[in-house]
This record gives sequence, structure tokens and C-alpha cells, in this order.
Amino acid sequence: MSALLSVRDLSVHFPTRQGVVRAVEEVSFDIEAGETVALVGESGSGKSTVAAAIMRIIPSPPGIIAGGEILFEGRDLVKLPESEMRQVRGSRVAMIFQDPMMALNPVHSIGAQIVEALMLHTALSRRQALDRAVELLELVRVPAPATRVRQYPHNLSGGMRQRAMIAMALACDPRLLVADEPTTALDVTIQAQVLELIGELQARLGMAVLLITHDLGVVGEIADRVVVMYGGRKVEEGRVEEVFRAPLHPYARGLMRVSDWEGGTGLALPEIPGTVPSPFAMPAGCSFAPRCDVAIEACASRKPLLVVRGPARSAECLLLEDPPR
Amino acid sequence: MREFWRRYRMNRAAVGGLVVVVLIAALAVVGPFVHDVDPFEMMGRPYSPPFGEFLLGTDVSGRDILAGIIRGAPVSLLIGVVASLAATLIGVALGAVAGYYGGFIDDALMRTTEFFLTIPSFILAVVIVAIFSPTVVTITAAIAAVSWPSVARLVRGEFIAQREREYVQASRAIGMPDWEIILLQILPNALAPVIVVSTLMVATAILTESGLSFLGLGDPNHVSWGYMIGVARTALRVAWWMTAIPGLMIVIAVIAINLAGEGLNDALNPKLRER
Repeated sequence: MSALLSVRDLSVHFPTRQGVVRAVEEVSFDIEAGETVALVGESGSGKSTVAAAIMRIIPSPPGIIAGGEILFEGRDLVKLPESEMRQVRGSRVAMIFQDPMMALNPVHSIGAQIVEALMLHTALSRRQALDRAVELLELVRVPAPATRVRQYPHNLSGGMRQRAMIAMALACDPRLLVADEPTTALDVTIQAQVLELIGELQARLGMAVLLITHDLGVVGEIADRVVVMYGGRKVEEGRVEEVFRAPLHPYARGLMRVSDWEGGTGLALPEIPGTVPSPFAMPAGCSFAPRCDVAIEACASRKPLLVVRGPARSAECLLLEDPPR
Repeated sequence: MREFWRRYRMNRAAVGGLVVVVLIAALAVVGPFVHDVDPFEMMGRPYSPPFGEFLLGTDVSGRDILAGIIRGAPVSLLIGVVASLAATLIGVALGAVAGYYGGFIDDALMRTTEFFLTIPSFILAVVIVAIFSPTVVTITAAIAAVSWPSVARLVRGEFIAQREREYVQASRAIGMPDWEIILLQILPNALAPVIVVSTLMVATAILTESGLSFLGLGDPNHVSWGYMIGVARTALRVAWWMTAIPGLMIVIAVIAINLAGEGLNDALNPKLRER
């Protein structure tokens, strides 16, 4: 069975005056219908760029999809003409953004924005679309939807705004929902509610979710599989249980150590020393080598190969290569 | 809207300006019925001073100055408003396209805009009106043609600032076509400063029209304040009021529109909203 979405060797480059920034480099992963895949990594690892590439909304210039393909329902989104891509966006693949305050237009009411999404892809009349918008707000559990539908983004709380954003994304019953850090801008108490909502709607509507986040707690709760990114590359992929229990890549191990730490145990918070290398000065070898606690000499000079350990289980590290050099 | 009016009212000068603008507009509409005199007709002895037989006196040819002021008001206001509207439309269209798409389109449109900005606008207006015979329509078109570049630059800047915002990305992510994003999503967010600038442009347009008329490039079938100054300038030393009265009207109208525009700026500028 072929996957709903299949990203193959995707590379996204931002040519600048100081040199080409390889924001995403040869990233591959699949999403099956109805599945939740989490894309994790720290700031600057290229995870949001992958999302933008799938929607084909990378600002161009400066960004370009330099290579690879994004197969969605058998079509390569990279090669799709803009007019056909517009048909895909919003109706087959929808996206929710990090900050609902920024992602909703301040001058239009919530209802008008959902209606807009509906009218673009369905034959509904404005009247019907408005009724549907109220239904959608009810679906995402916004209280008093008939009133809210006429209100503006600034009248709503952060959690309500994100719900409205989700309602807008679900308007045309997409097969894939790309959620770019949907809870980062929300209060901790609201985060859980919104995640629960996404999980529940997914089960009910049978759509797949690509969840982009740096919150591993979130991943453990709702994701089926994890793709770990570092420095624009996929460094590890696997089922959530596998990656959490036995991470293969030293970076993933570091992440798990950090997330396992519990306050109050008296132990210092473990951390991964250093920061993501500058995109203009990527190391010649493994991009994680300068921060890696188990790096060997060869790591600095040779790019590691992707080592496959079973179906949809892989990591990119020299130490895993057989025989290790 | 009510919120806007509340903020507008806080600026007393702006309210004053608005009142004066409304009064001038009322003069233009009601005036001809109250004081029905042909401004081109010789009514009495030339050079009569004000507050005599004629309320504002007569000019060098014995024409009633009050009639000229009344009949000139709608001409000045109409040319000012229409020219400013046309310039705003052109400027918004070009600026929006340039700012939204960027790249080559932006370069091409902005170099054209800068070309217009480098030519002294009044001289260009004189040339345009001189080539096409001076009528109300050509004068309006000439003023619009020299006024749009500043609007285009402003709108382009606003669009560049807005186009990277997430709501634009979100609009694209639901599959919205570019023209809808430009017109329905970004434009309403970029409109406040444009409204202010085009209001102020009405004042500039009135000044330009007066200048053209003063130089004899006014529409010969319509009296205008600038034309009256032009006619009276030869008599400046013996009958100062002939130039002073229409001159004062221009000053009052321009100041009033500027004050109203400033008030709009204060009321619409989000940075001042927090006060």
C-alpha cells in the first residue's frame, strides 16, 4: 500500500549573499492515511521548512525546493502547477500555524475567514457556508458558536483562536493536517485541551496529521511515529515507543535524557551542550559531531549514511554503520 | 467605527478642520442658490472695495468676487477630491502588485515610480495641461498623474511588511488565489495610512489646481480661486483684497483638510491607539 504522503529526498535551499543555506537536506519520510507523525527537532533544524515545502508556501524568493519529491495521493506536489496546487491546499492538505493571533486576519471576523475557506473549495452558498462555519466551531468545541462566528480574532482567547484556526483548516475535510507547533503559543493548560481536540478530530475524521513540535511530551501523547531532525537532516525515524525507549542517534538520546528529567530529583537538568551550527558553517562531516559526546575522529570528516533497522526505523550515525569506522 | 469617532474627537483641531471642510462643502452646494450671480458677468464698477455695494467687492472687470468664491468652491473641491481618489486608486494598484510580488515586477514598477518622483510634479502637471487643452477633466487627470507615486511607494511598503505575516501564509495555505489575498486580506490591513495620505493629497491637489489656474492654465469655462488670484495680481498694489480673498479661501480650505487628515492619522494609527 502506498503512503498518503511520501516525502522523498526533499531539499530546500535559501540562496543568500553569504552562501546557500541548506535548510532541509535530503529528508525522506512517509505518512500513512490516518496516521500521526511527529517531526521533532530544535529551532533551526528545518522542521517548519518541511511543512512549508509540503504546502508549497515557502517564500520564493528567497527559498527554493532544490530537489526531491513530495508525493501526495500519487501526485508530486513539487511539480504541480500553481493553479492545481491551490486546489490541493486547504481542501486535501490543510495547515494550522503556531500563533493563531498572527495567522488569523485581524480585520475579518472568525466566521468570514472560515466561510472564505469553504467557498474556495466547495459549491456552498454564502448562507450555507456560514451555517457550516457555526457547525465547525461547534465541532472544535467553541462555546456559543453562533455568537463567536461574528467576532474578531482579538475578541477571542488564545485557545479559542487556535480552535477557530483548526475549524478553518478542517473546513473542507482534508486528508492531511499539517500542524506547525500548534500549541507553542498557548498556555500550558490550554495546550493539553487543543492536543486532545486534534487527536479526537483525527480519529473521528480519519485524517493524517503531521505534527511539528519541539515538545517531546506532546509527541509521546499523540504521535504514532517520530522523525527527528537536526541541522536540516533526518537523523532518526521510528515508532514512538522505539525511539523513546531505545533511541539510536546520540542527538535523539540527548533529547530523551532531557525530556525524562523530572524536577525535584535534585539532579541538574541534563542538556545537550552547544547550539545548532550556523547554516553558513555546517561541519564537513556529521552536523551533530561538534556537540556529540560519543563522536569519533571520522565524524568530523565524513557524512554518516542512513542505517535502516527494520521497516520505518532508521538513523543516521557513523557509529551505527556496520562495521563502525 | 464608534471607537474611531471617539478617538477622532479627542483631537480638537481635527474636529475644527472637519467642521470647516463641511462648511466649505455647504458653501459649494448651497451658495449658488442663495447668491445666484454669474461670476463672469460684469456686475458693477470695477475695483469696488468690499462691504460696499458688493459684499466682497468687484474685481478688475467689475465681476462680483463673492460669486467667484461661491462658484469656485465646487470646482476646487471636486478637482481636489477626484484627482486624489484617482491617484489613490492608481497608487494602490501599482504599489500592491509591486509589494506583494516583489522581484522583477517590483523593480519595474518602482523604477517607473521613481521616474515620476524625480520630475518636479508641478512642472509635469503644467506640461500635461499645456499639451491637452485645459479643461476640468484634463486638469484633474494631470494632478492625478503627478500625485500617485507617493501613494504607490507607501502601499508597496505596507504590502512588503504585511506579506510575510502568518495570516497571509494561512490564506495561501487554504488555497486562496493571489488577487483575493491582495484585495481582501492584505489591503484592509494596509488601508489606514493610505486613507490619511489621500486625504492630505486633496489639499495638495487644490493647491496645484490653484497654481495652474493662476498661470492661466485653468478651465476657461469655470471660475476657480486660483484663476481669481491670477486675474487680480496686476492690481495687487491698488486692490489687495482681490487677491487676498480667494487666497484666504485656499489657505483656509488647505489648512482645514490638513487638520482633518492629521486627525484621521491619529485616529487610525495603531501606534497611538494605546493612549
